Amino acid sequence: MKVTVSVNGKQVAGEVADRTLLVHFVRDVAGLTATNVGCDTSSCGACTVLLDGRSVKSCTVLAAQADGREVTTVEGLSGDSDELHPVQRAFRAEHGLQCGFCTPGMVMATISLLAENPSPTEDEVRTALEGNLCRCTGYHNIVRAVLAAASEGRPS
Amino acid sequence: MSILGTRVVRTEDPRLLTAGGTYVDDLRVPELAQAARVTFVRSPVAHAAITGIDVSAAKDAPGVVAVLTVADMDDLPPPPPDSGLTGTEGAPLPLGGPWSEPLLAADRVRFVGEPVAVVITDDSYQGEDAAELVSVDYDPLPVVVGIDRALAGESLLFPSAGSNVACATGTPADGAAFDGCDVVVEREIVNQRLAPVPLEGRATAARWADGKLTVWVSTQNAQIARFILAGALGLNPANIRVIAPDVGGGFGAKVGVDRDALIVAWAAKHTGRALRWAETRSENMLGMTHGRAQRHVVKIGGTRDGRILAYRLEIVQDTGAYPRMGGFLPFLTSLMAAGPYDIGHVETAYRVAVTNTTPISAYRGAGRPEATAAIERAVDLFATEIGMDPAEVRRINLIPADRFPFTSASGATYDTGNYVEALDKVLASAGYTELRAEQARRRERGDVQQLGIGVASYVEITAADADGGETARLVVHDDGTATVYTGSSAHGQGHHTAWAMLVEAELGIEMSKVTVIHGDTDLIPAGVGTYASRSLQLGGVAVQKAAVEVKEQARKVAADMLEASEDDLELDVDRGVWQVRGDPASSTTWAQVAAHAGEAGLAADVNYTEGKPTFPFGTHLAVTEVDTETGKARLVRHVTVDDAGTVLSPVLAEGQRHGGIAQGVAQALLEEMVYDADGNPLTGTLVDYAIVTAAELPSFELLASETPATINPLGAKGIGEAGTIGATPATQNSVIDAVSHLGVRHIDMPLTPARVWAAISAAAEKGSAR
Repeated sequence: MKVTVSVNGKQVAGEVADRTLLVHFVRDVAGLTATNVGCDTSSCGACTVLLDGRSVKSCTVLAAQADGREVTTVEGLSGDSDELHPVQRAFRAEHGLQCGFCTPGMVMATISLLAENPSPTEDEVRTALEGNLCRCTGYHNIVRAVLAAASEGRPS
Repeated sequence: MSILGTRVVRTEDPRLLTAGGTYVDDLRVPELAQAARVTFVRSPVAHAAITGIDVSAAKDAPGVVAVLTVADMDDLPPPPPDSGLTGTEGAPLPLGGPWSEPLLAADRVRFVGEPVAVVITDDSYQGEDAAELVSVDYDPLPVVVGIDRALAGESLLFPSAGSNVACATGTPADGAAFDGCDVVVEREIVNQRLAPVPLEGRATAARWADGKLTVWVSTQNAQIARFILAGALGLNPANIRVIAPDVGGGFGAKVGVDRDALIVAWAAKHTGRALRWAETRSENMLGMTHGRAQRHVVKIGGTRDGRILAYRLEIVQDTGAYPRMGGFLPFLTSLMAAGPYDIGHVETAYRVAVTNTTPISAYRGAGRPEATAAIERAVDLFATEIGMDPAEVRRINLIPADRFPFTSASGATYDTGNYVEALDKVLASAGYTELRAEQARRRERGDVQQLGIGVASYVEITAADADGGETARLVVHDDGTATVYTGSSAHGQGHHTAWAMLVEAELGIEMSKVTVIHGDTDLIPAGVGTYASRSLQLGGVAVQKAAVEVKEQARKVAADMLEASEDDLELDVDRGVWQVRGDPASSTTWAQVAAHAGEAGLAADVNYTEGKPTFPFGTHLAVTEVDTETGKARLVRHVTVDDAGTVLSPVLAEGQRHGGIAQGVAQALLEEMVYDADGNPLTGTLVDYAIVTAAELPSFELLASETPATINPLGAKGIGEAGTIGATPATQNSVIDAVSHLGVRHIDMPLTPARVWAAISAAAEKGSAR
C-alpha cells in the first residue's frame, strides 16, 4: 500500500507492506536512522517519535496509521539551524546520555512530557519516563536534564 | 590551568543528539547497499538431539536467498583441541575438546535460543516468515536446570566429558580455622542470573570481497573480535577488517564476538552476499550471554567484640550451556573474596557447572560483584549475630590506611586505599546516627513502613589483565589539528572527550581540534579494547604518553625553526604555542611546527602496559522503606564514595557511577533471569524481565574521594564497574535491615515484594512457634 507521511516537515511517500511498522517506515523509507528499535514488546521507548505532536512508540504504530499525519523525530528538532533544541541542550549540559541509543526516544518523550506538564516534579519526571529505558545513565542525569529543560522553558 | 579534572561536556553529544549515532543497523555504507538480512532459527527446547532439519519449504518462501544449517558448514577449521585442564585444575575457558561449542548446532541443542539455522532474505519481514518454515525434529533429552541438577550429573550436556563440572579448584576446608572464633555463621546465598540488556542488542554486518572479510559488529573490542573471527573461520587476520561503529552499550556482554556474529560472518563468506543482522530483543534475552549466576556458601567467624578471624567462600558457577568466559568469573570472585578487610584466614573453592541455559559471561563487574555481595552479606550476618552495629564491625575490620600495599588473605595485592575514611564520609553525609534513630522510632511505633539502612564497603580489581596493555597513536597535522587512534573502545563511556582532554592538557591543542578514532582494525591493527574498567588507566595513559613523545619531537622541530636551543624552548599549553622561554613574540603554532616537521611528521605510537592491576574502593549506603504488609521495598536514598584514584573527568566518572549504581540496585531489588524446570525462559522479554526504570530509583548522592594510584602517571584506577559492585549488597543489606527486628536474617535477591513478604511471614511463624 502507498503511505504518505510528513516527516520533520517533508512529505515522504512509500509503497510498503500493510504490516510495516512506523519505525521501519521512518528508518527505511524516510532514511532517518536516529530513531532506534530497542525491543519488540513496546517496553523500551527507544523508538519514541511525535505523531501529530504527541509521543508514540513508533514500533507500536503501523505506517498505515500515520498516513497523512505528521511525524517528528530527533533529526527534525533543530530544523536547519545549528542550534540545539532546549531539551537536546539540557541533555548535553547534564550528561544525560552515554551510548546514545536510547537518547532520541528519550528526548522525544521529554518534549512530549514538557508539553503536557511544563513544570514537573522529580517524581513526575520519573513516572512519566517509566516507558523509556536507559541502561547507561541510571536515569540520574536524564532526570536532571528534564528538570533543567523545564526550568529553562519557564518564564523567569 | 589544566583541563584535567574539570567539568567538560562531551564532544560526542551534538551528533548523538541531532542525527543519532551510527550503530550497525544504521550503516548506510555502499558496501552494504545490497546486503541481505539474516534471521536465525533458534532452538525452542532446552536439551534435545536434532534428528532432522527440513529447509525445503523455507527455501521456497518469498525473498529467500539461502537457508543454511550445519550441513553447509564444510569450510570451517576443526574445533579447538581438548585443553586437558578439566577436573580439579583451575582452567581457562572455553575448554575445547569435548566441551567445544559449535557455530550452528550439530547433533544436539543445549539451550533455548541456540542457533540451529539461518535464513537469508532480501528483507527482515520475509526472514521472519521464512524462518517459521524451517522444520527441525527434536528428540528431547533430560533437562539440566539449576546447580543441584547439574552437580547430580544424572543427565550430561557433554557425555564425552563425563561430567557437568567443567572445572573445580580451591582450598579444602580447614576445620581448625574457625576454632578460635566466639561466633561462626554459615549460610547459602544465591547471586542470581541477570540479563545485561544493552539498549542496542547484538548486531553484525559482513561482506566478503576480493579475499577480504569486512565485519561491522557491535563489540567492545574490534581487535579481539578479529582474532576470534580468524580462529573460527580459519582466516589470516590480515584478511579481516573489523569495524565497531557506534556501540549502544556493552556491559561486558559484547567482549569480542560471540557465536551468532561468527555465523553471520561465515554466512557472508559462504554465500558471497553482503549480510546484516540486528537481533530482536527477544533473541537478545536468550542469545546474548547472561551474567552472575553463582551460588555461594559463606562461613564467617570472629570474636564477640567484632573482630573477623576467618572466612570461607564456596562458589558454584552456573556457566550455562557452554563454558565460555563464565568459568573465569569465579576465579575473580575467589581472588577478591576477602574484600576490604584484614582477615587472617580466608579460604575459597569453586566449581563451574554446565546447565541447559544461556551461557554465562561477563556482566558489569564480572565476578567482583559476586565476591562483594557474599562478604558484605556475611559481615552483616556476623554483626547481627554478635549484636553490633554493622558499620562498626566494618570499621573494626577494614584495612587501615597505613597498611598499603596490602596483600589480602585471598591473594590480591591492593595498591592504595583509605577504606575507613570512605566509610566515615558516607556515614557522616548520610546522617547515619539520625537514620538509626528514625529507624528505632518506626520500630517502636510498629510502623507499616519500616526503614532499612544498608552499608557495603568494597574493594575491586580493575585492569585485571594489566599485562595486556593498550595502544595509542597520536598524529599532529600541519593544520594544527590532531588525531588519536586508540586501541581502547568506546560504547558510551566518553573516550572521545577524555582522550581529547588528555591531548589538550599535554599539548595545548584545543579539544575541538582533536579527532579520536577507535574500533577499526585497518586503522588500528593492535589494541585490546574495553572491559574490566581498564580504559583510562591503560588506553588513557597510552594517549598521554604519546602526547609527551610528540611534544619532545615538536621541541626539536621548533628549536630548529626558532634557531634556539631545545632547552630554551617552552610549550605554552594555555595558548597552544611553542616559544623561546620568556619571548612570546617568538610564538610558533602547532600547525607551523607540524608543517616544518615535513615528511617525518609529528606522530607517536605507544603500547602502554601497566604491569599490575589497580584496586578502587568505596562504601555505599542505601536507605530503603519496606512495607511490612506487602513486602514492597523502595530505595529512597543511595549515598556513595567510589574512589577510583585521580579523576580525569568528574562528569564522565559520575556518569559511570550512576549507571553502575542503577544496575546494582536492579540486581538487589528487581532483575532475575528465570527458567522453569524444563529450561524454558520465563523472563525472555522486557515485559517479563523486571529491568529497572526511572520510576524505581531515587537520585543518587555521590561523594568525592580521590586516592591516587601510584603505578600509572595519571593516578587513575577504573570506575566503570564500581557502582554496580557497591550498590547491590548495600541495597540488599538495607532491605534485610528494615525487617531484621522481625526476625529476618537473610533474603535472596531479587528482593521482590513476594520474597520479602514471605520472609516476614516465615519469621513471624517461627517466632510464634517458639
